[in-house]
Amino acid sequence: MANKTISVTVNGGSKTSEVEPRRLLVHWIREALGLTGTHVGCDTSSCGACTVLLDGTPVKSCTMFAVQADGRRVTTVEGLQQDGKLHPIQEGFKEEHGLQCGFCTPGMMLMGAALLEENPDPSEDDVRWAISGNLCRCTGYQNIVKSVQWAAKRAASEQPGAHA
Amino acid sequence: MAVEEKEMPWVGRSVKRKEDDRFVRGGGNYLDDIRLPNMLHMAILRSPFAHARIEAIDTSAAEAVGGVVAVVTGELLAQHKLAWMPTLSGDTQAVLATDKVRFQGQEVACVVATDPYVAHDALELIDVEYEPLPVIVDPKKAVEDGAPVIRDDKEDQKDNRIYHWEAGDKASTDRAFSEAEVVVALDTHYPRSHPAPLECCGCIADVNPATSKTTIYMTSQAPHAIRTVFALVTGLPEQNIQIISPDIGGGFGNKVPVYPGYVVATAASLLIGQPVKWIEDRTGNLASTGFARDFHMHGELALKRDGTMLGLRVGMLSDQGYAYADAQPSKFKAGLFHVVTGSYDMPAAHVVTDGAYTNKAPGGVAYRCSFRITEASFLIERLVQNAAYELGMEPVELRRKNFVRPEQFPYTSVTGFVYDSGEYAKALDVALEKSGYEQLRAEQERLRAEGRLLGIGVASFTEAVGAGPSRDYDILGIKMFDSAELRIHPTGKAILKLGVKSQGQGHETTFAQIVAGELGIPPEDVTVQEGDTDNTPYGLGTYASRSTPTGGAATAVVARKIREKAKQIAAHTLEVSADDLEWEGDRFYVKGAPEQAATIQDIAFAAYTNHPQGMEAGLEGVTYYDPPNLTYPFGTYVVAVEVDAQTGEWKVRKVVAVDDCGVRINPMIVEGQIMGGLTEGFAMSAMQQITFDEDGNCMGSNFIDYLLPTAWETPAFELHATVTPSPHHPIGAKGVGESATVGSPAAFANAVVDALAHLGVRNIDMPLTSGKVWEAMQQARSS
Repeated sequence: MANKTISVTVNGGSKTSEVEPRRLLVHWIREALGLTGTHVGCDTSSCGACTVLLDGTPVKSCTMFAVQADGRRVTTVEGLQQDGKLHPIQEGFKEEHGLQCGFCTPGMMLMGAALLEENPDPSEDDVRWAISGNLCRCTGYQNIVKSVQWAAKRAASEQPGAHA
Repeated sequence: MAVEEKEMPWVGRSVKRKEDDRFVRGGGNYLDDIRLPNMLHMAILRSPFAHARIEAIDTSAAEAVGGVVAVVTGELLAQHKLAWMPTLSGDTQAVLATDKVRFQGQEVACVVATDPYVAHDALELIDVEYEPLPVIVDPKKAVEDGAPVIRDDKEDQKDNRIYHWEAGDKASTDRAFSEAEVVVALDTHYPRSHPAPLECCGCIADVNPATSKTTIYMTSQAPHAIRTVFALVTGLPEQNIQIISPDIGGGFGNKVPVYPGYVVATAASLLIGQPVKWIEDRTGNLASTGFARDFHMHGELALKRDGTMLGLRVGMLSDQGYAYADAQPSKFKAGLFHVVTGSYDMPAAHVVTDGAYTNKAPGGVAYRCSFRITEASFLIERLVQNAAYELGMEPVELRRKNFVRPEQFPYTSVTGFVYDSGEYAKALDVALEKSGYEQLRAEQERLRAEGRLLGIGVASFTEAVGAGPSRDYDILGIKMFDSAELRIHPTGKAILKLGVKSQGQGHETTFAQIVAGELGIPPEDVTVQEGDTDNTPYGLGTYASRSTPTGGAATAVVARKIREKAKQIAAHTLEVSADDLEWEGDRFYVKGAPEQAATIQDIAFAAYTNHPQGMEAGLEGVTYYDPPNLTYPFGTYVVAVEVDAQTGEWKVRKVVAVDDCGVRINPMIVEGQIMGGLTEGFAMSAMQQITFDEDGNCMGSNFIDYLLPTAWETPAFELHATVTPSPHHPIGAKGVGESATVGSPAAFANAVVDALAHLGVRNIDMPLTSGKVWEAMQQARSS
């Protein structure tokens, strides 16, 4: 099949390139764009290490073709920080020891960030349910839950008008 | 609170991890993130059969695909004497199959291409003609007379037996059993599992045709040992081989062995003259690399009616797959399984172990445990609970009655271990109090009256971790010491180079804290470097909870050596005698005149700018640390579960873990290790297993069939500590990375069995799936 030209807004910048129609989104992100924070862990949509946000919604980028992202907006872990300042979720993972080997971490943080967009004050169960499509083999999840909740508190305190 | 934390000594402080910043930014540097100019990509063709003769391989169609550079077969490797390689236990395993395939998923051929997609396309065009052979998946059948010999490639191999190894003493154990008033027996299978780190294995082999320098980026927990093995296997001069382990996405023992992909990629790079990358897919990882466990165990415990333990008898048959490929201390054929007397003062024990070949992937590795201690701890802790039922004793009182007592340390066990320190009853007491054990028992009674099933499981484990000492422990003859090299730069900053290799354990922080504790250089000023064999001193790597016992000890020792030299330099710059100096925190000061002081930073600068005449310039050192003994962390875990009396489903209600790993260098990191281990213990008790059908098809070769716990199933954990320092470790620390994987499976299984104990249920093999629990209830009710 002939290659196809796609245009995707990645982390706020427009990226245009020619791809094979069968090329998976995760491979395009990693190989064509050199954004290696998005990882491949299982090949079967089970582990979530490849999670990215597509128009703000978490998707497993190992289960999408790059051509399906044409004209859409993708956020990877590299796009979480703004102007060099870490996103609260990134700070939360550092503060609460939410990572060990770091391989699942980008996917976990993007799931957490997406959750906080919808639910700024999630309970432990809310977080556990939200990240239940992402596997971690190191932490036992408890500190990931705390990291997301830490980020929720930080985000709330940074809202205009919030008490510091 | 924050102020208090800042004033604490460096050792014992929960310093935030130095490595985290790059990881949260997506800036980790894992194997697959590395790209070299002109790099080619390799993919592996695997056998669909568990046992078959290879009649012919036709690679012509694959070779004709545009972008394919080479197709490598066993025949080609055989021409270079590379078709077989040694395993870390001294057996052999095929790199690429030549005569036969011996497990489903075995490596048969490799394609090297300009693009990974093209390499995978070409795999499908390789035509292999197989003649299927009878398959053996049951090790008990494998050792029967007349069973087909799986390893007929080995001249002296006339059956499927690999080893027979015994520990303890048969005669005294037989005597103990003849005097016993009560004997409790248990047969259980610790199922085959897989460490399944989230990052699969892989490598990039880069043989420079101009210089013959061979650089191999590799997902290896033990890069130095692998370099030596590569030199021995390939005949390449060792100084030309550089192994670089970049950031590793979890290991858990899976990334200790040498895998065929590493060898083929290196051979391909050598032949082609370009770098070759191999990234394993998940099915390759689960179906072909180091699996874990698969011990068929029989235990018998002899006791007096009052609960005094008299002796332990254990028989174990290990299913090793088609090659004996553990990373194993060569003296101990079944690893440290003979530590099976656990936390108890056992007067007699006899342990008989046998290993068998089957048509399964080679292994097995010690998955997050020190050489098969998980299996041992599981067996004794399950036996003790059943003994308590038999005696009508409270299980924790039976434990307490038989614990090795504090005054018995150092305690020599009947199977030959010298336990360094322990206060087992203390850890038990904390666990009972924090879990509300008595209230749980009372509640259990109440709920039973309502027909509800609450179970309380306890495990009081003891581990043996941190190999060496080198007199007892070696891998393929390479002694199990470890090393640290510390260089203090003129500006007082430092680099610490280690022979161990983190896979997420936080070495960059923990070991910097040890330097800070010894020399007062803050952790943020200490870079910790690991994994690059050209730029770190030789060591055996990170597994078996050995990094802090060996590499951590080496760090403390080398820092102390440097402090001695620093004292001489301080005496010179302060113009006093070294005998007049005292060390405090980060400086030497003149006794009685604390304002006259030289900080470590002052001294470092002087070491390069104003060192005493007659002394070598510089402030650095290297230490190879051979521990005098293993360290013996211990603890008690209490788990409460509620079992659904109708369906057999069970839910964890409470997990209380009390760990004693001696001095905790970074409590936050230690607790992270424990929570991870508890999760894997829960996983093995509840869901993780890899099974095979009678044709040898692997039924757990992806994450849809091989279940790993998510955040939703995983319970919350409550952690507590007691601190009994190791008497021989320079800072009193013991290993901890695997304690919870070792101790907790028995606690979970004990809890579920305990919920059904009043029905007469005494055993359910792991994983305790709801189906198996339901069956056990049905059988108990109908009998």
